[in-house]
Amino acid sequence: MGASTMGLRRLLLLTAIFGICQTGWTQSPTYGLGKTPAPDEIRSWDISISPDGKELPPGHGTAKEGAALYVRKGCAGCHGPNGWSGGHAPTLISSKNHPPNSVPCLAPCVNDSNAMAIHSPYATTLWDYIHRGMPIGREGTLTPNEVYSLTAFLLYKNDVIKEDEVLDQQSLPKVKMPNRNGFALPPPYKHGESRLAGYP
Amino acid sequence: MDSKKPNRRGFLRDGAALAGLAAGGARVAAGQTQGQPAKKIEELIAYGERSRFVTSTRVPVVDRHSPDEFGLTFHVLTPLQDQFGIITPSSLFYTATHRGAFVPDIDPREHRLMIHGMVDRPLVFTMDELKRFPFVSRIHFVECLGNRARASHKTVMETHGLTSCAEWTGVPLSLLLKEAGVQSGASWIVAEGAEEVKGASSIPLAKAMDDCLVCYGMNGEPIRPQQGFPLRLMVPGFEGIYQIKYLRRIKVVDQYYMTYDDYGHITQDPKASALTHQIGPKSVITYPSGGQQLQGPGFYEITGLAWSGAGAIRGVEISTDGGRTWKNAQLRSPALPMAHTRFGFDWKWDGKECVLMSRCTDDLGTVQPTRADIAKYWGQPEDKVRIQGADNSVQPWRVAADGSVHNGLA
Repeated sequence: MGASTMGLRRLLLLTAIFGICQTGWTQSPTYGLGKTPAPDEIRSWDISISPDGKELPPGHGTAKEGAALYVRKGCAGCHGPNGWSGGHAPTLISSKNHPPNSVPCLAPCVNDSNAMAIHSPYATTLWDYIHRGMPIGREGTLTPNEVYSLTAFLLYKNDVIKEDEVLDQQSLPKVKMPNRNGFALPPPYKHGESRLAGYP
Repeated sequence: MDSKKPNRRGFLRDGAALAGLAAGGARVAAGQTQGQPAKKIEELIAYGERSRFVTSTRVPVVDRHSPDEFGLTFHVLTPLQDQFGIITPSSLFYTATHRGAFVPDIDPREHRLMIHGMVDRPLVFTMDELKRFPFVSRIHFVECLGNRARASHKTVMETHGLTSCAEWTGVPLSLLLKEAGVQSGASWIVAEGAEEVKGASSIPLAKAMDDCLVCYGMNGEPIRPQQGFPLRLMVPGFEGIYQIKYLRRIKVVDQYYMTYDDYGHITQDPKASALTHQIGPKSVITYPSGGQQLQGPGFYEITGLAWSGAGAIRGVEISTDGGRTWKNAQLRSPALPMAHTRFGFDWKWDGKECVLMSRCTDDLGTVQPTRADIAKYWGQPEDKVRIQGADNSVQPWRVAADGSVHNGLA
């Protein structure tokens, strides 16, 4: 058993070395500057979350847990107890029943009543932004469970998911966002080409 | 003080009150007013500053004060009306931040740039290592999508002050990406800053491999903190939000990542979406412009700036009759790709009310449109048209008979 494990390891190592050599033939480094980061280092730096959610960490949360965190973490202080009457920060919870925020929204400005949970085509955008950018002044301090919970709370309050729905690595990317089909990518970039044929 | 042997240094050091008096100052024979700079001569020898008679400053955008309730800096306008040539002084370069951000105080010795994702060799660079790579210096403008958010603002600073131009020095991003070895199937990069909100944008890999620069230099010195010290990504011709400040990470990926900054740009119409990356051909007259005053009929040099995200400026035309007739202006600076270009036009004002306009043509032959052209394209009335992408329409300035200048759209 031990011998076969060692054999497997050796095979993997050889594959890895062969892999490096193979790519080396096509595109080799010219300058030899910089260091190779360890996988752990890359993981700790890499906070990007793609729409398919493959970088999401383990964890889970519900709207109920998020509602408590919304108060405890100070979100309500800037965004308002109802998610729209905070005055200084953008509207988080959209409703036809409340007036638009009188304070201009923060960049990127969609419009004040157009909360991210309604407007972004992917729930991963919310998770990513809460994780990297909130709460203001204490960015990056929320645990994955807390981010799942707060995301669930905002999605629930915007009528996107049910109150008892558990968000985790698997379920979050599958959330059907209301604006899922509401965007188009710009055409592929080509040097020296105009933006849009026929546009004045 | 001995008048024959004035101890100038002592006077400067000790005579703050006297210097203050002198500021009001007597006229000397040559008709020039002499004053004393407020700083010690030793400081000024080490690091010069502009004359105390030059007072041009930036101001926050009209609708939002900076710092705001959180102490955050939002968007700050550059005084285009006071500038000569094509280089914006670094101290006056417009400032915009992701979300509104605190300007981070980054020790360059601690700063790192990581390149990872779909690459054969993930790499981390120190600033010293980045400076060992072959570099280029290029002059490029940066413009915020929100420039000209409202057509009716009063001055050229308010209407167009979210664009600036500088000389940028750094390593071609393509060189660093090749060093890391981009894998097949990759199509986008996500570039991210080190400020507290870690602003990030998705950028097409084709653009990253084309002309983007990883910059540490700006106008001959290290990039200023408000502009991204110690490292900033330059994405020539693209909206300002892509020019990631405090650049700390580039992830090579196979899809659009829809970051917070990306999602603010999304639109359902592919035609509108096509206008969101690159800035269209754009020009504006900075003199005479809104809020300025002509001193009566006679000769004036109309001047302004033209730029395009698609390449260099080929030509600029001026109309002094509200767009009925157009004449060629002269380019008074080098016309460089994705750079502000200075134009000038000899003009004799007859003292009658008139409307001044400029329009430019870029390398691709694209002519800067009027609001009417854009409205026609979208099939909307001119006064209600929502301009997609950055508003690059022609700016009219109305010169009243009394010489006062006003926004022709207000």
